[in-house]
Amino acid sequence: MSAPPVGAVGREHPRLEGRDKVTGTARYAVEYPVDDVTYGWAVPAAATRGRISRIDTAQTLAVPGVLDVLHHGNAPRLAPGVDDTLFLLQEPTVHYRGEFVAVVVAETLEAAREGARLVRIDYDTEAHSTVLSPHHPSLYRPDTVNPGYPTDTAEGDFDAAFAAAEVQLDTTYRTPAYHNNPMEPHATTARWRDGRLLVHDSTQGSTPVQATLAQLFGLPPETVRVIAEHVGGGFGSKGAPKAPVVLAALAARQVDRPVRLALTRQQLFGPIGYRTPTIQRVRLGADADGRIAAVCHDAISQTSKVQEFAEQTAVYTRSMYAGRHRRTTHRLVRLDVPTPFWMRAPGECPGAYALESALDELATACGVDPVELRVRNDATVDPDSGQPFSSRNLVACLREGARRFDWADRDPTPGARRLGRWLIGTGVAGASYPARSRAATATAAAAPDGTFEVRVNATDIGTGARTALWQLAADALAVPADRVAIRVGDSDLPPAPVAGGSMGTASWGWAVIRACEQLRQRLRDTAVPAEGLTVEVSTADEVRAQRPLARYAYGAHFVQVRVDADTGEVRVDRMLGVFAVGRVVNPTTARSQLIGGMTMGLSMALHEEGLLDERYGDWVNHDLATYHISGCADVERIEAYWLPEEDPDLNPARVKGIGEIGIVGSAAAVANAVHHATGVRIRDLPIRLDKLLDRLPAG
Amino acid sequence: MRAFRYHRPADVTEAVALLDAEPEAAYLGGGTNLVDLMKLGVQRPDLLVDVTGLPLDTVEALPHGGLRIGATVRNSDLAADPMVRRDHPLLSRALLAGASGQLRNMATTAGNLLQRTRCVYFQDTGKACNKREPGTGCAARHGQNRDLAILGWSELCVATHPSDLAVALVALDAVVEVHDPGGAREIPLVDLHRTPGEHPERETSLPHGALITGVRIPPLPFARHCTYLKVRDRASFAFAVGSVAAALDLAEDTVRDVRLAYGAVAHRPWRAYRAEEALRGRPFTAELAAQAADAELAAARPLPHNGFKVPLIRNLTVRALTALAGAAPR
Ligand SMILES: Cc1cc2nc3c(=O)[nH]c(=O)nc-3n(C[C@H](O)[C@H](O)[C@H](O)COP(=O)(O)OP(=O)(O)OC[C@H]3O[C@@H](n4cnc5c(N)ncnc54)[C@H](O)[C@@H]3O)c2cc1C
Ligand code: SF4
Repeated sequence: MSAPPVGAVGREHPRLEGRDKVTGTARYAVEYPVDDVTYGWAVPAAATRGRISRIDTAQTLAVPGVLDVLHHGNAPRLAPGVDDTLFLLQEPTVHYRGEFVAVVVAETLEAAREGARLVRIDYDTEAHSTVLSPHHPSLYRPDTVNPGYPTDTAEGDFDAAFAAAEVQLDTTYRTPAYHNNPMEPHATTARWRDGRLLVHDSTQGSTPVQATLAQLFGLPPETVRVIAEHVGGGFGSKGAPKAPVVLAALAARQVDRPVRLALTRQQLFGPIGYRTPTIQRVRLGADADGRIAAVCHDAISQTSKVQEFAEQTAVYTRSMYAGRHRRTTHRLVRLDVPTPFWMRAPGECPGAYALESALDELATACGVDPVELRVRNDATVDPDSGQPFSSRNLVACLREGARRFDWADRDPTPGARRLGRWLIGTGVAGASYPARSRAATATAAAAPDGTFEVRVNATDIGTGARTALWQLAADALAVPADRVAIRVGDSDLPPAPVAGGSMGTASWGWAVIRACEQLRQRLRDTAVPAEGLTVEVSTADEVRAQRPLARYAYGAHFVQVRVDADTGEVRVDRMLGVFAVGRVVNPTTARSQLIGGMTMGLSMALHEEGLLDERYGDWVNHDLATYHISGCADVERIEAYWLPEEDPDLNPARVKGIGEIGIVGSAAAVANAVHHATGVRIRDLPIRLDKLLDRLPAG
Repeated sequence: MRAFRYHRPADVTEAVALLDAEPEAAYLGGGTNLVDLMKLGVQRPDLLVDVTGLPLDTVEALPHGGLRIGATVRNSDLAADPMVRRDHPLLSRALLAGASGQLRNMATTAGNLLQRTRCVYFQDTGKACNKREPGTGCAARHGQNRDLAILGWSELCVATHPSDLAVALVALDAVVEVHDPGGAREIPLVDLHRTPGEHPERETSLPHGALITGVRIPPLPFARHCTYLKVRDRASFAFAVGSVAAALDLAEDTVRDVRLAYGAVAHRPWRAYRAEEALRGRPFTAELAAQAADAELAAARPLPHNGFKVPLIRNLTVRALTALAGAAPR
């Protein structure tokens, strides 16, 4: 489509900090050398619902090296009403098992941990409810769903159109709780000096952490500084401030020394958020050729009693495929559980699993090829808003994927291909993810020696964001990239939104490009003065003035699996994704994001599952030996491609965002392939071998 | 974490004497299991006696055939040993099907045999577990028990033994060499691990302070004709959901001799004597293999979440034996 890129953008480049990371010199939140540092250990509640009636810290305080124990009875006070999940150590109430109810501070990590074991807490407990069910008495309709979508939508007359449809499909899909497991746990180093608070936090956005801490502790924001130079992953779970940063700041204030506090792997299973379990009913009414006339997606998920979080599970269905009569609903059940939160493509990921599975079932029911079925149901305008698309290349992704995957030769019969003990099958799914931008501020500074420094409080959570911004800056300045330095990950830098919603590069890049362009403009007429020249740009007005268009990235997944006829084990031979994501700034890091998302979808389809024990009210498989996440061996061949896509109506970086689209639809493609291999449709994830074993076709 | 002392003994005698004198001491091998459990507060020794410096790190051929494996030989070294690979490939296969490269580099032979169950309730001090705290109850019995036992469990404990190596060794009639204050002795490996019965807290027949110094494998003429099949929830780096170790000796079409053991089905590596009995002396067919498995699994009492293990083990038995018999692979 376009001429090959000149300059830095579009070129493969390893991450700028890659060498520091692999040589161990990149510092993470609790790795900065700090004089006089102490260690905090968070104490989880051992009750599921109730009140703390008594805390006895005598044994803890007797452990050599233990300095203090903070709890609701003695911790510094926080301002209420900021974020109820962060109103920690303020009240004796216990909302869920594992909620942090105390912090032990000690001279060593080991002493803190031993001290935490010895805190004696008595609870007045109450009966709890922790299992999501469609008939739960507390089922209710939230006012909006994350991050502000309408709860329910309706166009036309779904009921009548569904009743009149030649082909009717009515199925229910279930997904379990999924837990974010970034390599680096949520962790913080906090220190107070002269009334000022400095924290190194593992977060996806230090600007919101700064703002929240200022509110909680009643401080002017400029007295709080949050640094997140390197972050070992987040997947959404670090998209808002989480308990460790508050606990560390409280503890540091209490003992008047710097405190390091990192969660354990086990402590990540709940308190930092998780993807809610879902129960999703999908109804499709179509003609015999598979053209959808009526679509309805009813999603039920859970929230906590601490704070509402409403996963936007059915939103995907609003804009993905055509169909005149449509309805989507969201209902929540309020349980005695931790508050669910963002996990890579919240809403779209579980929602696409259900809809893209249902489309596959519809294809089978109509005898239409599932690629063709999707093509037939392509939308020309956004069925939800009625707005035109800025660009929509779903069909192109499907066609290109089908070509690369040799889809044309596929025999549609389920359970019909056998190679020795293996049943072989292939599956397809579509994908889309909103392409949004938010306002950001950046500065660009020129130095007399011909170098530049660009600053924006972006966060690089391991994605390569820093590198992409550096490439964008170099081209906007029209200078070789080695003369440009980029600074991110510090709340002292110009404010910018979190790394989330796949809008980082779009939003930060917008501000970076504008700042660089303005600087370049200024330098047309003036030489760089001795003290340097800096321009600062906010994109608030420009972002607000965007044309109202439906902006989405699209993709198509193709998967081949084999299923062991004796054991039910599913192995993935090949995953292939084709994406239309606007311009790709850095193919190296883009590919990592896309195949990472695809693998995470595979992990969702086959492996991940929080196993709740109702009696205790928490997930019992809370480590990486028992909560299985796919590894390299779980997919033998994985390929991601992108179409050249020039969308003039996006943002100056001309990007759509690539962090999440890879996971959307990926689980459905795996599940569809399993069905094609075996003839067995598993509608509750994960597709474990024991769900297949007694249903496989005889050899 | 409880503060502990650390000691590297000069020889076996010193190691044994140290543990004999210290009721809360523990031997430390690679630490890949013990140290994790110490961090979790599940095990709380006050003295670690690190045995990895003892001269127990060699694999030797025995004069009349067979093999002696030192207790501190690392799992990686054992799996890669040319003699093991040639004469006892079952061990290499079982080892390489387990854990990860990094863990195998640290893990020792004895540590592997004595690793604790992966029952999730055992590893969480906030949950009831008779094995960890006798008398508190077994949370797994009516909880999440998909991965746990179908054979030999008791109402007090339904845990499984997680080792792959132990399954292979128990199939090969391995004998464990032990030192305790009374001196050196030997225990057939099949008698090392217990079923839980009334005392799930007692996992082995070893008293406190008994040091495993090595494992002996007696000569077995058909040891090379073996296979280890392991089913797991992902392609690598996962404990077995079920496993089968098998070695087969066919004369013409008749089963002259056979060794069969099951993993992840019981509190100990499960030697399938009944199945072996059903096979010996009979003309081999896939049906016979299935009948043999059924004979062994007749005693199975699946838990609410693990009924699938019965057909799974049956299918694995048939596949393992038919493959060894050279029958057409299914
Ligand atoms: C994530 C993960 C996945 C794993 N996957 C698998 C798998 O798939 N299959 C599998 O088989 N294993 C697996 N393992 C377990 C691993 O094999 C064991 O942790 C390892 O073999 C233990 O050996 P070690 O030397 O480190 O034992 P240690 O942790 O040092 O010790 C274990 C026990 O043995 C005792 N001990 C050690 N040496 C002696 C001795 N000479 N005499 C008497 N007592 C002794 C110790 O006191 C302790 O009680 C996995 C482990 C992890 C962490
Ligand atoms: S099965 Fe055994 S180890 Fe697991 S909880 Fe019950 S007693 Fe404890």
